[in-house]
Amino acid sequence: MDLDFTEDQVALREMVEDFVEKESSVDVVRAAEPLGFSPTVWRKVVDMGLATITVAEDLGGGGAGFLDLALAVEHFGRTLTPVPLIEAAVANHTLATFASPAGKLLEDAIAGDALVTLAVRPAVDGVATIVPGGAVADAVIALDGDDLVVVRQSTISPSSPAEAIPNLGALPIADREVRDGERIVLARGPEAVAAHRRAVGQWEALTANALVGAGQRALEIGLDYVMERKAFGVLIGTFQTIQHRFADDVTALDGARLLAYEAAWALDAGQDNAGELATMAFLYAGEAAFKTAAESLQFHGGYGYTLEYDIQLYFRRAKAWVLVAGDPKAGYADLGRRFYGPKGA
Amino acid sequence: MDFTIQDDLAAHREQAREWFEANFEQAWADDQYHTGSHQTMELHKRMAEQGLLGAGWPKEYGGSDVDPDFVRAVYREYVNADIRMDAWMTTVMVLHTILALGTEEQKQYFVGGAMRGEILIALGYSEPESGSDVAAAKTKATRDGDEWVIDGQKMFTSTAEKCSHVIVLARTDPDLPKHKGLTMFLVPTDVPGFEVQPIHTLGNQRTNTTYYSGVRIPDTLRLAGVNEGWSVIRTALVYERGVGMPYKPIRVGEHLAEWAQSTTRPDGTRPFDDQQVAERLGRMATESEVARLLASRLDWMVARDMVPSVEGSMSKMFRSETDQRHYRDALDVLGAEGLLAPGAPGAPRHGTFEFGFRAAVVETIYGGASEIMREMIAEGRLKLPRNRGK
Repeated sequence: MDLDFTEDQVALREMVEDFVEKESSVDVVRAAEPLGFSPTVWRKVVDMGLATITVAEDLGGGGAGFLDLALAVEHFGRTLTPVPLIEAAVANHTLATFASPAGKLLEDAIAGDALVTLAVRPAVDGVATIVPGGAVADAVIALDGDDLVVVRQSTISPSSPAEAIPNLGALPIADREVRDGERIVLARGPEAVAAHRRAVGQWEALTANALVGAGQRALEIGLDYVMERKAFGVLIGTFQTIQHRFADDVTALDGARLLAYEAAWALDAGQDNAGELATMAFLYAGEAAFKTAAESLQFHGGYGYTLEYDIQLYFRRAKAWVLVAGDPKAGYADLGRRFYGPKGA
Repeated sequence: MDFTIQDDLAAHREQAREWFEANFEQAWADDQYHTGSHQTMELHKRMAEQGLLGAGWPKEYGGSDVDPDFVRAVYREYVNADIRMDAWMTTVMVLHTILALGTEEQKQYFVGGAMRGEILIALGYSEPESGSDVAAAKTKATRDGDEWVIDGQKMFTSTAEKCSHVIVLARTDPDLPKHKGLTMFLVPTDVPGFEVQPIHTLGNQRTNTTYYSGVRIPDTLRLAGVNEGWSVIRTALVYERGVGMPYKPIRVGEHLAEWAQSTTRPDGTRPFDDQQVAERLGRMATESEVARLLASRLDWMVARDMVPSVEGSMSKMFRSETDQRHYRDALDVLGAEGLLAPGAPGAPRHGTFEFGFRAAVVETIYGGASEIMREMIAEGRLKLPRNRGK
């Protein structure tokens, strides 16, 4: 194992860290609710090239890997930056692998003129439900039966979002028709199913990194609080019950970070088990982040229940980002069969 | 960043396998299981004769030319065959400490003797009233001319029944603060006043209480300075990692998945197709991978000349607690058959789930209880105020 970052990765991390600190303060995050989207921040993210960073250079992308993007996404997660970067980056990467059918839409996406998102759960009866980024995306990539399609809807874009659907994580979600509008079939049959599975794996690996960032920040918020709040005359951070639960949380988060990095690395390295690692990382990081945020909130006492304190922002999103993909227990069951069952089954 | 799984011992695997096949008897594994004594002396003798014990040790103290990586590969074969060498593992820890802190005479005698297979050293730190709080030891050593007289009792002196010596932490000055009045001695197990009583455990392992009643030893068996016992312990802890057995992956999920795919229930379905079983398996696969990564991080740090501290606590705590949880879950999945122990007809995987469940209990206790690990993580990583006393 080698955990060193390259010089380029160190530079990218610093750049992204500076960017989110400046552009995505907690006030910006709060102001973007309930829709959960800031068009101003999105424009800047696009201009930085982050949404196309994994697209090949000859297609106009950044030619970087998923691990590079993962390091950026960790900071977006840490600051809850209200933009669908993960969905857009995965959608753009997918479009680029089907450059010929994608045609003009790919060009628009790379030019920053179209926001494309990914429906991680297959469409049912021509509708992709609760699509992350769906409320602001010009187009959605979805698995419609045995077809992988991308469908552009002229009425929705980052500058003219759909009406916000109230939801736990203040996510810009929407139900999207995938049989109406400008519909392109990217792939059919087993190839389409496999391509969707790959895209979901990329989304899982990246979301895992965002969850690790959010969990880490939730931990820090909690640590700051328990080191200034007193009860019974002493700092509550001296209590063993708090110390030991945070010790468990930081251990789980360290493990989740290693797993999330490994999952992103495996995508770049073309490892056979990349899809399984992505699911592992996603589910585990989701648990670690949510448990940390929930305990951090609990240690705030009554203040944790108020909207005024920031910990609730993390508590809600740590749960919501995972639910987008469905029941995590079903996710573990599916993983168990994929991991231990006959390969290719 | 690179997560490729490197087999550093690949070059030695085949040769190690050959050595193992020429020097393995199933009876040894059976004997270790039934007696719980985790050191096989016949094997130890062969390893000494063929230079395996001396691999990597200085020539002037009896070291051999055998490649230490070959020996590590050999250890791996024995781990897989359920043969343990616990006495040798503790001996190696103590020998490193002797090389660092001992006299020239001690280095010649103990390291040289150990290379020949004549010396094995058990750890005498814990006592009836002190475990994790090692420095609270009450066993006392009193100076009498060129000799010391030791009186007291040590708990969990594992493998002492096979060892030539016990390294004993004793109080030499009760008036000094607790960490400052301790001294370390290498007590032979054949001296008058020394007694071993077996303690039997949930995991079949036999450990011991060792008694010291007016045990007289020469001052030459004192390791490092008088009242410097605590610094000896700290040195020994540094060597606790890196010299022992390689990381043992958690394989409960893998074994349970094999069972779940090869078993048919009365209704004709396989447990593997059961959603709740599959969910547990997915969780086991995930947590086993996390445990492996937390352990690999230590290796990476050591390779980079960094000194792991809380990372070691995290890995130890996570691996041990995960292993226990997986065994508990595995027994639940097995249902009534989960009861069946080794020797029971029809026991899944020859009862190894039931046995593993019992044996895993000690993992969160020895080598620093999980609660101590949490204290160290809270203090070292989270910078929260130290809670335990001095």
